[in-house]
Amino acid sequence: GIDIRLPIGLVFSLVGILLTAFGVASNSAIYQRSLGINVNLYWGLVLLAFGILMVVLGRRGMRPSGSSK
Amino acid sequence: MGLTSIDWIIMLLYFASVLGIGAVLKRYVKSSTDFFLAGRSLPAWICGLAFLSANLGAQEVIGMAASGAKYGIATSHFYWIGAIPAMIFVGLFMMPFYYGSRARSVPEYLRLRFDEKTRGLNAISFAIMTVFSSGISMYAMARLIQVLHVLDPIFDRLHIARSGIFHVSIIASAIIVLVYILLGGLTSAIYNEVLQFFLIVAGFIPLVWLGLKNVGGWHGLSEKLPAAFTHSWMGMSSAQTNPLGVDWFGLVAGLGFVLSFGYWCTDFLVVQRAMAADSMTAARRTPLIAAFPKMFFPFLVILPGLIAIALPSTAAHLATTNTGSAATTAQYSEGLIPPKIDPNTGRPLLDRQGKLIMDYDLAIPNMLLHYFPTGILGLGLTALLASFMSGMAGNVTAFNTVWTYDIYQSYIRPHESDEHYLWMGRVATVFGIALSVLAAYAATRFNNIMDMLQLVFAFVNAPLFATFLLGMFWKRATGHGAFFGLLTGTVAAAVHHGLTLPIGEPVGIKGGWLGPILHVYPSDMAQNFYTAIWAWTTCFVVTIVISLLTQPHEESKLVGLVYSLTEKPSEKHLRWYARPAALAVVIIVVLLLLNIFFG
Repeated sequence: GIDIRLPIGLVFSLVGILLTAFGVASNSAIYQRSLGINVNLYWGLVLLAFGILMVVLGRRGMRPSGSSK
Repeated sequence: MGLTSIDWIIMLLYFASVLGIGAVLKRYVKSSTDFFLAGRSLPAWICGLAFLSANLGAQEVIGMAASGAKYGIATSHFYWIGAIPAMIFVGLFMMPFYYGSRARSVPEYLRLRFDEKTRGLNAISFAIMTVFSSGISMYAMARLIQVLHVLDPIFDRLHIARSGIFHVSIIASAIIVLVYILLGGLTSAIYNEVLQFFLIVAGFIPLVWLGLKNVGGWHGLSEKLPAAFTHSWMGMSSAQTNPLGVDWFGLVAGLGFVLSFGYWCTDFLVVQRAMAADSMTAARRTPLIAAFPKMFFPFLVILPGLIAIALPSTAAHLATTNTGSAATTAQYSEGLIPPKIDPNTGRPLLDRQGKLIMDYDLAIPNMLLHYFPTGILGLGLTALLASFMSGMAGNVTAFNTVWTYDIYQSYIRPHESDEHYLWMGRVATVFGIALSVLAAYAATRFNNIMDMLQLVFAFVNAPLFATFLLGMFWKRATGHGAFFGLLTGTVAAAVHHGLTLPIGEPVGIKGGWLGPILHVYPSDMAQNFYTAIWAWTTCFVVTIVISLLTQPHEESKLVGLVYSLTEKPSEKHLRWYARPAALAVVIIVVLLLLNIFFG
């Protein structure tokens, strides 16, 4: 079957890219409520890194020699 | 709530993912075992996260934050006393019987160990309970979407009355859960529960981080709140001196033993996840793996409640469940917690002692609105929706299995082909969801009836662990003993509730409905814990007495079902850190450290 880490990694990578891009492009005024921290940019990068890690692990699990299903 | 396109994209991405996982897994569902038990093919870490996530429904995320705001860090007892010890016990001592007996469900184990009538009693009560739980989760999600005004701009733009938001929320969540379970069965539910687990963590970590940074860390939070709110064991020697209103014996015996072991060790909703594991060792490690993140969940779901109550009151970004003015809401708020507002007068509601009734359920929603800008707000909202949907899906998959194996196959159509039961499993998923929708609507119209049903479920669940404990560890226990023990335990719970009352409460659904009030408890939580203790003790004693008066099973029929007659699982081939016993020791050490540090 599929290794669950692959779809999880894809979802988190996409969300990470979206948040990071939005964090770069957005007006700093919207971050007043998050204590002035561009939480979209920083958390987006964390989620992107996590997503890439899960994709790598998931692809390794899907190889014939490697699966969670 | 000002959602923008990026928030909607994140939410739609989540919905597309859960449906996509179901669609991909459809081709692997070829038998009823694939559909109901994921082919018993999943590794321990997946089952472990699903074991945890299936329990992460609305009551958990919204309810625990609400309790955090109301009672403080003492709410962590529901995890550190009320979950972890039971998870260790089921992993080490009970999974060998559930998994080793090849029972397909918890009620089926009761049939193998005891008899048909004990299985029937458990299966029917469990099936009804899961449908209502799923419906209540659905209702809570639809109410939250209404309160947060998530869909208001869309409805306004389409010139549709806002009263339709509740109906759309119910139907949309029902269809999404229905489709992904229908396609991929339990595997789809479990895979999505793992995704939902990571989303919940990803959505709540930045919320807690921002909140703690705002109040000056744990030290700053401790200075802003009463001492009992940041020390979980402070004042536990007496019910009068702690926020929960419970004494230590009621807490340890009622919550820590009867209620928590009754849930984590016997509820098929969570045990089903461990039964899907690919080996006996994986099944035993499932609840132990789940215990690690579970220990730290108070920091994700209870801490936001404490932060919400510690912040200065502000009218900005506050959601309220009723139509009070912003000024009224701000004037009477405690931190980010607004009072409940009387819809007729627009004034805050007061209890019988004249104190404000606070809307603690809004702790998490208001924290999201207070700290999250657009973008990450979509992620936070997705985390909330994921928690509601994992709770719903967990109940529906448990329902379709118990209905098909323990009711339909046992009493309606035995001796049919495997394809027929696979078909019935899918039909059961459809009518399980349909009944959940009806239950959600019943909750809107008959709130008191739903409260009454919850109470009856509590009476039925309270004695359950006594039956399993005797069944697994005493070979002399008989079917008659188990059946009548369960019945008398349930009656004892009802009688105890009917003869007692929490202080300051009127006679009725809170107790005292049998006439003379023999005891007044300091809180309704204390009454609940002692009701459970009475029910468990009655069931335990009656089961022993009737078992000694009736004919036991032959010992040869109890192999694999009773501790003393079953070969112990060998762990010699495993490395020390992979052995369930070693995992349990690590969990206990961490648990002690958490209790010492936050005690």
